[in-house]
Amino acid sequence: MNSLATLLGRAAIWPLVLFARVLDPVLRLWQRRTGTGGMIAFFLLPNLAVFGVFVIVPLILNFAYSMTGSDQILLGDRRYVGMEQYDRLLDCANYLQPLTCRADQFWVAVRNTVVFVTFQVSLMVTVSMITALILNRNIPGRGFFRAVFFFPVLLSPVVVGLIWRWILQREGLLNLIVTNLGLDPVVWLNDRFYTFSAAVGVSTWAHMGFYTLILLAGLQAIPKDLYEAAEMDATPPTRVFWRITLPLLGPNLAVVLVLALIKGIQIFDEAYVLTGGGPGTATMFMTQYIYEVGFASILRDPGLAAAASILMGLVLVVLTLVQLGLSRRAEKGRER
Amino acid sequence: MSAIMGFLTRRRGHGGRWHWTDVATWIWLVGGTVMMFGPALWLISSSFKDPAQLAEFPPSLLPYVQEVATVEGFAEPLPLFAVTMEDGSTRVLAQVRRVGATAQMVDPANPEERLRIPIANRTPVRNIGLALENYVDPFLAFDFFAYLRNSVVVTLSATLLTLLTNSMAAFALSKYRFVGRDAVLLVIVGTLMVPLSVILVPLYSVVNATGLLDSLWGVILPTIATPTGVFLLRQYMLTIPDDLIEAARMDHASEWQIYWRIILPLTAPALAVLAIFSVVWRWNDFLWPLIVLSRRELYTLQVGLNTYAGELNVQWHYILAMTVVTMIPVVVVFIFLQRFITTGIAGAGVK
Repeated sequence: MNSLATLLGRAAIWPLVLFARVLDPVLRLWQRRTGTGGMIAFFLLPNLAVFGVFVIVPLILNFAYSMTGSDQILLGDRRYVGMEQYDRLLDCANYLQPLTCRADQFWVAVRNTVVFVTFQVSLMVTVSMITALILNRNIPGRGFFRAVFFFPVLLSPVVVGLIWRWILQREGLLNLIVTNLGLDPVVWLNDRFYTFSAAVGVSTWAHMGFYTLILLAGLQAIPKDLYEAAEMDATPPTRVFWRITLPLLGPNLAVVLVLALIKGIQIFDEAYVLTGGGPGTATMFMTQYIYEVGFASILRDPGLAAAASILMGLVLVVLTLVQLGLSRRAEKGRER
Repeated sequence: MSAIMGFLTRRRGHGGRWHWTDVATWIWLVGGTVMMFGPALWLISSSFKDPAQLAEFPPSLLPYVQEVATVEGFAEPLPLFAVTMEDGSTRVLAQVRRVGATAQMVDPANPEERLRIPIANRTPVRNIGLALENYVDPFLAFDFFAYLRNSVVVTLSATLLTLLTNSMAAFALSKYRFVGRDAVLLVIVGTLMVPLSVILVPLYSVVNATGLLDSLWGVILPTIATPTGVFLLRQYMLTIPDDLIEAARMDHASEWQIYWRIILPLTAPALAVLAIFSVVWRWNDFLWPLIVLSRRELYTLQVGLNTYAGELNVQWHYILAMTVVTMIPVVVVFIFLQRFITTGIAGAGVK
């Protein structure tokens, strides 16, 4: 069995080895001409070219797009409008009431995203924290249970969305449970409140395993002698939690919080497959707004989508900088 | 037996009594296991039900197949029902057709005589069985074979190119000193901050300008230069001693040979981690393929599934089966990986 795997591995790698061999004389020549510097350039080039073309150039173009109007997708066909797209997005009589805004859909998406992130991140941090604390205990089958909570993290968002759509549909599993409890079945995904809650719950279900692992790593880095000392002094467990676990886990908790925020703001795939943004616009979030305004709707406006994505990008950049700072502090704390 | 019980009831602290936290722990763990695996198991069970059974409420937990019998005088096999007769006895009859609230039935042993039975008095005779046509039909009658092939092509080529380009860049960034190295690293860190949703519109026009729109390469190329991959590999390569490289240079190895004959084999564990991540990411990608691909025959599984699930008349029996097919590679990865999840995949998985 093992030797078969090795053989298959060799067979799969063989064309690559051949490719590397054939390339060698050419690269030797290149090395002789340009020296080590040329080789460094050769090693870096493919990766940097892809970054350049597919990340840096679009990033710059995004600003150009956000200052043009019309429904044309090619930049050359679009006319310059200055800051008008931003004016449109930010023109609002009352920011808390999307209907008083010129770009009402944008503000609906902003409001939905803010509410979503508030509930989802709180739920996510709470559930992952409890799970990490439990997995950190000395229980049999710990390895198995750690893996269990990680399973949905690997599933594709489309699969996650479809699984839960199937459970929440009228003849679905949830209604089976509800009727067995003696209640009336509900068409869950026709109701604004239930659909929004489903988006919060399902995305927490899908990603909590990831944050649990980060918190678990933090818990395991806390020196055991602290707990032993606490046990010697017969410190009550709740006090141990508030005085030792929580302060020492603080930096990791902060990283999890900000990471969950960054991911939560970008929510799209699973929510879109689960709810399609509906009912109405009850679960339309930022990324879906950008996608629909930029590509999908009849009255599409790539410039407006670009301006909206830049506003979202600014929020994300600030949060990412906070997260990088926090991770560095968390790492330093561990070294100490 | 007592050893197993001892194992299962092993708990923290001293004494033999169960603390309430032990009970809470087990409720959370067992409940969590049901929550995490339950939905996927329900999906798998449902995917083997035929359309009639999927429309039933309350749904049954396991898939059943109705028994059929070939009756003389009928070309097609007829479904069997257990019928409660007026005198209270029960007979197994085959249904010819159903008209409103009554069904026309025959006794398979005596096909001449037609019986009219109110449908409330009959229950289908069925056994646990699998409606395998849910899995076969989408491949034969729909484009699912093409979707599967596209997903496999995208996943494999993107992963191969990711490993190649990322390891080359990581090699240059870890084993050479040159002007601007820190600047390059900074740019790569910076790209971590640029999620797809922020550059959706201009990325589309760049892909359009390069002529990659509506082709699988348009899905593959923008994804291959992952900052996470470059970092992961660079951190790993930094631990490889430079003496090895110096010794190879003494023996007149070219820099390219040093890369693929010394560095790559020694980086195998990190490459394996990146390969697994890349396979899962690319297999699961949804938003970008959704935008780039507009011809149906180029759809990946994720886009194809979403399209079929978004139709007015959702054919759930096919959707569920194809969702299971889409899940298979990830489940395989999970089964092989679950030992390693314990040892900190979290650090590498930030993306």
